[in-house]
Order: sequence, then structure tokens, then C-alpha cells
Amino acid sequence: MIKKIRVLVAKPGLDGHDRGAKIVARALRDAGMEVVYTGLHQTAQQIVNTAIQEDVDVVGLSLLSGAHMTLFIDVALLLKEKQMDDVLIVGGGIIPQQDVPGLKKAGIAEVFGPGTPVEDIVSYIKKNVKR
Amino acid sequence: MVKKETIKQMHEKRADWEKQKYSKAIQKNPERKQKFKNLSDIEIKNLYTPEDIADLEYLKDVGFPGQEPFLRGVHPNLYRGRLWTMRQFAGFGSAEETNKRYHYLLEHGETGLSVAFDYPTLYGYDTDHPLARGEFGKCGVAISSLWDMELLFHGIPLDKITTSMTINGPAAIVWAMYIANAENQGVSKEKIGGTIQNDILKEYIAQKSYIFPPEPSMRLIVDTFEYGFNNVPKWNTISISGYHIREAGSTAVQELAFTLGDGIEYVKAAMKRGLSIDDFAPRLSFFFNAHNDFFEEIAKYRAARRIWASEMKKLGAKKQRSLWMRFHTQTAGCSLTAQQPEMNIVRVTMQALAAVLGGTQSLHTNSMDEALALPSEKAVRIALRTQQIIAEESGVTDTVDPLGGSYYIEWLTSKMEEETYKYFDKVERLGGVIPAIEKGFFQREIAESAYRYQKETDENKRIIVGVNRYKLDEEPSIPILKMDEKGEERQIKRLKKLRTERDATKVQNHLQRLRKAAEGDENLMPFILDCIHSYATLGETCDVLREVFGEYKEQAIF
Repeated sequence: MIKKIRVLVAKPGLDGHDRGAKIVARALRDAGMEVVYTGLHQTAQQIVNTAIQEDVDVVGLSLLSGAHMTLFIDVALLLKEKQMDDVLIVGGGIIPQQDVPGLKKAGIAEVFGPGTPVEDIVSYIKKNVKR
Repeated sequence: MVKKETIKQMHEKRADWEKQKYSKAIQKNPERKQKFKNLSDIEIKNLYTPEDIADLEYLKDVGFPGQEPFLRGVHPNLYRGRLWTMRQFAGFGSAEETNKRYHYLLEHGETGLSVAFDYPTLYGYDTDHPLARGEFGKCGVAISSLWDMELLFHGIPLDKITTSMTINGPAAIVWAMYIANAENQGVSKEKIGGTIQNDILKEYIAQKSYIFPPEPSMRLIVDTFEYGFNNVPKWNTISISGYHIREAGSTAVQELAFTLGDGIEYVKAAMKRGLSIDDFAPRLSFFFNAHNDFFEEIAKYRAARRIWASEMKKLGAKKQRSLWMRFHTQTAGCSLTAQQPEMNIVRVTMQALAAVLGGTQSLHTNSMDEALALPSEKAVRIALRTQQIIAEESGVTDTVDPLGGSYYIEWLTSKMEEETYKYFDKVERLGGVIPAIEKGFFQREIAESAYRYQKETDENKRIIVGVNRYKLDEEPSIPILKMDEKGEERQIKRLKKLRTERDATKVQNHLQRLRKAAEGDENLMPFILDCIHSYATLGETCDVLREVFGEYKEQAIF
């Protein structure tokens, strides 16, 4: 049996916009992945702890508040610190194009903006998962 | 509205038309879809006639604007008298930066202010709180104390301009800052006008910026109703909001049903305290979304007015004013596309037009760049100009409720009303609004609709121009708002300075008195005002209440 891809869908910070995160979580589950959803208001530390506990292959971060340059990068740095370099990190939300290179440099493998078909996210993860 | 005999004739003639004309026409030009449905999944017929509204009695069910059942509007002459208030939701960075934006908007013809707060403020944290990390001024302005509030409204006469504030968990505290600032400007409480959103139920349901559990939250809200009626008579102490429910993915019918259901819940809570419905009901206001389906949105606003008037009567309201469903509208942020963003100007125009045809009291039009970032000055000016063009050039303001009497609109209005009552029954069976929230009913209903909408878009069953059809190979880029990077530093310095310069004993005493009052059952507004006047910060004041009331945590479901 092929191991199912395990994904943590996480909402860092105070942002309450969870429409996108919930849709993506559900779509990934429908695509056969095992999905853990953190719920709202998570600190980077909490997200990384959950990622370790749940032994996930992918962390998906969703943020619409504009704090991604701080909070996404916090999570990426902390994962690296915990030697979880092989976890694929992706992000989504209201993220201007000009911020994307900075996020990628910090270890966010891909950023999905508004209007992305969920199928694109599913296939990206399947293709790029590292573990 | 039409004689039975005539209806019967129409029915027969229509059958002939379907058979002889319509069926031939669709042989030649087959229908583009098997079924035509609006965003609430209501099937739309090919044609509406008087037969579809045969049950409607004009005087009883439709009536005249400014009269029961208020379907056609709460004001007799609507926009022939006064145009809606053009109120752009705005806030970013520091109080100084946002103050500049307010002056800019007012100079360009805006007629009311609307404050967007950043996340720490929405959750009752000061900018220097650890959980505020990265969020300063990002999706609104940071207001941590009365000092910030003073800077926010610098040079704006609070007796002349009304202000709406999107604040919920800490609404009572932020309102106290507004009142205190007005008093410091020399404007008395009786003279200020505006709105606090103060709608916690939809926070649990959709927007998720809650702080306290339902019971103390409802208490704080009723405190503001009571305080407002006695002291700040021109203030709308709540804006019962469907906007965020819709943004979270609900349908128009769900938005309508959940919002009005919340409204009824607040009325009941205030009556339970012993307030008289006719004292507080005239200060209740509403806030709806304007999404893409043009007629559905118009029908939604009209239905809301008729349902509200009827429900308020059932609850014992005697004053006509208590039956008014007055509302603010914002065009749908969730309908904006990051692709070909200039096209959003067109979407916003149609959505705004629907709000105006639905009789809105005030309106925010989104800026074209909001699927990318906070709006730039140019983008927000175009959004404001969109309202001005509708108001001054289109002619739709010349008569009241111009679509009233349209067979389709009246049918759809009644249909949405019918669907709303079905939801009222469901919620009743779950034990009421708060038990339904605790069971995750609304949250699941909304998530379900959001998923369906996404699926339909992904499968190209729903076309979004520029997203799944008429795409460009290369997306045009538009300039994005740049924020002052020094803002956060300045804000934290200001907080430090404030904490060293104010009278610390006075602050502690007032906070202590607030704690005592919160443990009892007195109205908390006077105690909160004392804290604020002594320059206790938002975070400090909120922490006292957090300690007494506890914090709400939601169950994470998807």
C-alpha cells in the first residue's frame, strides 16, 4: 500500500479568514490525503509542534491579513531549526506578487493566490512532496 | 394583485406560449444551461408574469415606502431627499497614516467615515503584545489607546461627521475611546453619530474575531444598547452583519436568514434584561454584502426589510421606527479577482448598483486591488467615484424602489423570505442561535456552500471572467499600497511613553473598579469610560475582562 500524504493545514496569527483554508483542507482530503487542520489563531511554535506530533509531510499555511512576511517565515525557520527540512511548505492567501520571491527564499516552496483551482494545489503537492 | 379570472387566462395563454413559441425557440437556440440557478441555488424560470405573484396583496405585502411592511424602503422619499452615505472602510498602519487617508477621502466627497482596525485591535491586544507579531497595521489601523484615537480623528469634527467602526469583541472599549475623544474635542455624547459593529454572533459564525464566550459577550452588547439609549441617542449600537457570513462562503439566503436570526437573538437578549423594545430597536442597524447575482441581491435587501418589520411586530414593537431595517452595504470582497484586477471596477459597479436599487442607507465600494493588498489611493478614489457616478449620473435615484412590482423581483423577494423562514425553523429546532453555534450548524452550512461555490468554479460550471475564462497569458501588474515601515516602531514607542507619563494609580484604580463591576451585573460602560479617560490601554482594559469572563475557543472543523 502506498503511504498517504499527510498534510497540516494551518492558520497562523490572529487572522480569522478561514474560508480558503477549509476549502483546501477538504479538497486535499477528497484527493486522498490525510489532513489535519489546526483551527485558528496558531503561533508558529504551535504549528511546528503539531507538524512534529502529527508527523506530516506537508505544511500548508493560509493567511489573508497581510502578516505573511513575518508569520510564514517564522514557521519556515522554526521547521528548519527542528531539522524538518524535508517537509514541503506551501502558502496561500492575499499575497502580492512582489512578496513571493522573499517567501520562496525563506523556504515556502510555492504560493497560491486567489483564483487558484484547488486541483492545482493537489497536483503541486503530489508532485513535490519530499518525504 | 390581479383578478383570479385574469390569472386563469394568463395561465392558459402561458401554456400556449411555452408550447408554440418557447419550445420552437429552444429548438433553434438550445438553452445554455440545463437549469438556471442563482447563487442561493434557487432555480430561475424563463419568464415571470403576474401569475407568479398572484398571492401578493399590494397594500398588505408591498405597500408604500416609509410604511409597513417597509418592503419598498424605510424612508418615503429615499434618495430623492438624501443620497446614501458614501462610507469607505479604511484603515492601515498607524493612526497618523490612516488619518491622512480619511482627510483624502473626505476631500474627494466621501460623506461618512468607516474604521478598519488591525487584528491585534480586533482581539483587544496592544501593538506590543506577543500575539500581535507581524500584524501591526496590516489589515487595518492599530488603536491601542485613547491617544491613538485622538490622532486618528485629528482635524475631523465629530459633531459633523458620522463614523462606523468595525469592532466586535472589544466594541464597548473602542466605542468608549471614540466617546472620550469626542468629549475631549468638546463634542458631547448626545451630538455624536455613528455605528459600532458590536455583532458577536456573526463572529462565532463567520468572522472569528471573538474574545469572550457568548454569555458575557451578550451582556456587553446589551450594556451598550442601554448606555446608548440613555446617553448617546444618535449612535447605532449594533450593526447586525451578514457581510462576513457571506464572505465566509454562505449563499444569499443563508446570509439573510442567519443575519436576521442573529438580530432577533439580540432583541430577545435586551428584552430579557428588561429593556423596552421601542427604546433600543430604533438604534439597531444592519450590514449586508452585495455579491454578483444582481437581482438576487436586490431581492435580498427587500426581503430583509419585510421580514424584520414583521418579526419586530411579533416581538411587541409598537413604534414604527422599531420596524425599520436600515442597512449598510459593502460590495463583495470575495468576488474580487487577483487576475486582471481592473475588471473588479466593473464588478463593483454592478454590485453597488444592486445595493442602491435595494435601498441601502450607506455604501462601501471595494477597490480594484483588494484581492492583492490594501487599496492604494488611486484605487480607492475610483471606488468612491463609482458611487458618485451611480448617484449623480445614472438616474436610478429618481424614484423610490424602481424595481418594485417587477414580477421577477417580487417573486424572488417572496421566495427568499420563504427560504429564510425555513432556516429560522431549523435553528429553532436546534435550540436557538447560540446552541446552533455551539453545535457548529452555521459554520458547517457556510463551509458547505463555500466548497460548492469553489467546486463549481473549478469545474467551469460557474464562470469568473479572467479566472476560468477569458484569461490572459501574462497578468498585468498594478501598483500596490506601500506602508510606512516605521509605523510599528513609532506605535510601540508611543505606548511606552504613555505608560510612563499617565497617572498609574488612577489607571489601576479604574481597572480595579471595572473588574469588580464585571464580576457583578452592573452596566460596564461607565466603568470602561473611566478606564479609557485615564488612558488605560485597550489591552489592559480587555485583559481585566478576559480574566473575569474567560476566552472563547472554537472547535476546528472543515
